[in-house]
Amino acid sequence: MARMAELVERIKETFPQAIEETVVYKDEYAIRVKRSYLLEVSQFLKQDPACGFDFLSDLCGVDYLGREPRFEVVYHLYSMKHKHRLRMKASPSENDLSIPSVVSVWKTANWHERECYDLLGIIFSNHPDLRRILTPEGFKGYPLRKDFPLRGK
Amino acid sequence: METASALRTEIITLNMGPQHPSTHGVLRVLLELQGEVVTKATPVLGYLHRGIEKLAEHKTYHQFITLTDRLDYTSPFINNLAYALTVEKLLDLEVPLRAQYIRVMLSELTRIQSHLIWLGTHALDIGAMSPLLYCFREREETLDIFEMVGGARMNQSYFRIGGVAADLPDGFTEKVKAFCDVLPSRIEGYERLLTENKIWLSRTKGVGVISAEEGIALGLSGPCLRACGVKWDLRKANPYSSYDHFDFEIPTGSQGDSYDRYLVRLEEMRQSNRIVKQALEKLPPGPVNAVSPKVVPPPKEKVQENIESLIIHFHLMTEGFNVPKGEAYCSVESSKGELGFYIVSDGSSKPYRVKIRTPSFVNMESFSSMAQGRMMADIVTIIGSIDICLGEVDR
Repeated sequence: MARMAELVERIKETFPQAIEETVVYKDEYAIRVKRSYLLEVSQFLKQDPACGFDFLSDLCGVDYLGREPRFEVVYHLYSMKHKHRLRMKASPSENDLSIPSVVSVWKTANWHERECYDLLGIIFSNHPDLRRILTPEGFKGYPLRKDFPLRGK
Repeated sequence: METASALRTEIITLNMGPQHPSTHGVLRVLLELQGEVVTKATPVLGYLHRGIEKLAEHKTYHQFITLTDRLDYTSPFINNLAYALTVEKLLDLEVPLRAQYIRVMLSELTRIQSHLIWLGTHALDIGAMSPLLYCFREREETLDIFEMVGGARMNQSYFRIGGVAADLPDGFTEKVKAFCDVLPSRIEGYERLLTENKIWLSRTKGVGVISAEEGIALGLSGPCLRACGVKWDLRKANPYSSYDHFDFEIPTGSQGDSYDRYLVRLEEMRQSNRIVKQALEKLPPGPVNAVSPKVVPPPKEKVQENIESLIIHFHLMTEGFNVPKGEAYCSVESSKGELGFYIVSDGSSKPYRVKIRTPSFVNMESFSSMAQGRMMADIVTIIGSIDICLGEVDR
């Protein structure tokens, strides 16, 4: 785990203005990235040999209703070579809920981002095909938002 | 007479599913066909979307266990395990070794069972009927074993936060041992039917090919990725629940086609069988639940004997236990690939957010690139060889 601590330090040094926060909890390392630097940092995390995060395990959104910023997009990265994990977080902008798409870095983000858009209404800019994926066509609303009722109105 | 070049041709769109026996559930695929060649295949999902992640936010941590079974209903124990591990991480719970071994044993039996269903149905899709009958014969035996511990044939919800529901029943080890002894010869039987079968070879070899680089980029995991030659298995790479105590191999393929996925899964069954045998031999005595009165309910006998235990039991079952504020991600190697749970806790007795990274959903993303340029009949082979479970794709 000492290696991960070093790695996170290195990421921080490479992007001093982009990394807003680093957290270690239960041996899991997390970084919070400024939205405007998201693509740049993602590219680095994938291509840098010491990081080697070539596998995007998961991407999801969380709705923290009543908190600023309200939404958070969470990326779970994995390295096939080093077998380590990193959690990356970024928040979409307040006004239009948009965040850059990372499909150009990890192809698998395509469906994950569609799901996140479908269930939480987060707009992934430059996504090749941002359509709903789990809910039916013409569905109104975003079911995983905290203000969406569990049962019908 | 009209010449061939003057014939009018057009791309037709064909709708396959959601009610189609070869889509293994309610999957719909939109196919664009030029003659019999697929130029584009687009999966349409969501027909089985039950909003399990939304439901999780309204259930206590204990209640949600039953919903995890219903994700990939062909490997319920592994789903239980991934969820339990994540909550235990947030709670800092130490699970006793005996419970860890029991969990490993049942997870591996589930893997065998899941692969048996896959093999039987996959072969049936391609036109071989007998493997289904043989595979389901063995599957019945595994279901009998599961019934002994969980009381049901499917969706047993046997694992608990901190351990398992109850210790193994009498006669369990003998039954599992008998199954383990007979399984290798049965697998040989399937191999005799298929591995060198000419029709099987021509229907699966070179069909649905994907490269290792493409697979990793598309998030492919499990046997599908190992068939491309990537030796990555979370049980070895990032061991959990004492998997490092057991001796087993990770089979890999080289071509990344449907045939290699078949070979990898067959070998995985043999390896799982080895793990089950070792777990049986090494099974240590001791408790099957963590010592944590605020999380683990008192044993049933005590609940019936004294009032304090009854009150604690009542409290835990109605209000649940609080989980410290924080977040964790844990993943396990399910029968289909990386199954991960990301849980955010706000300190209450219900999770604030549960995100389930299901292998079937992500593996399905590779389907379009596997299907492109193949014949219409190969689509059935490819869907079968990815081994999806729609309960897990749509959640």
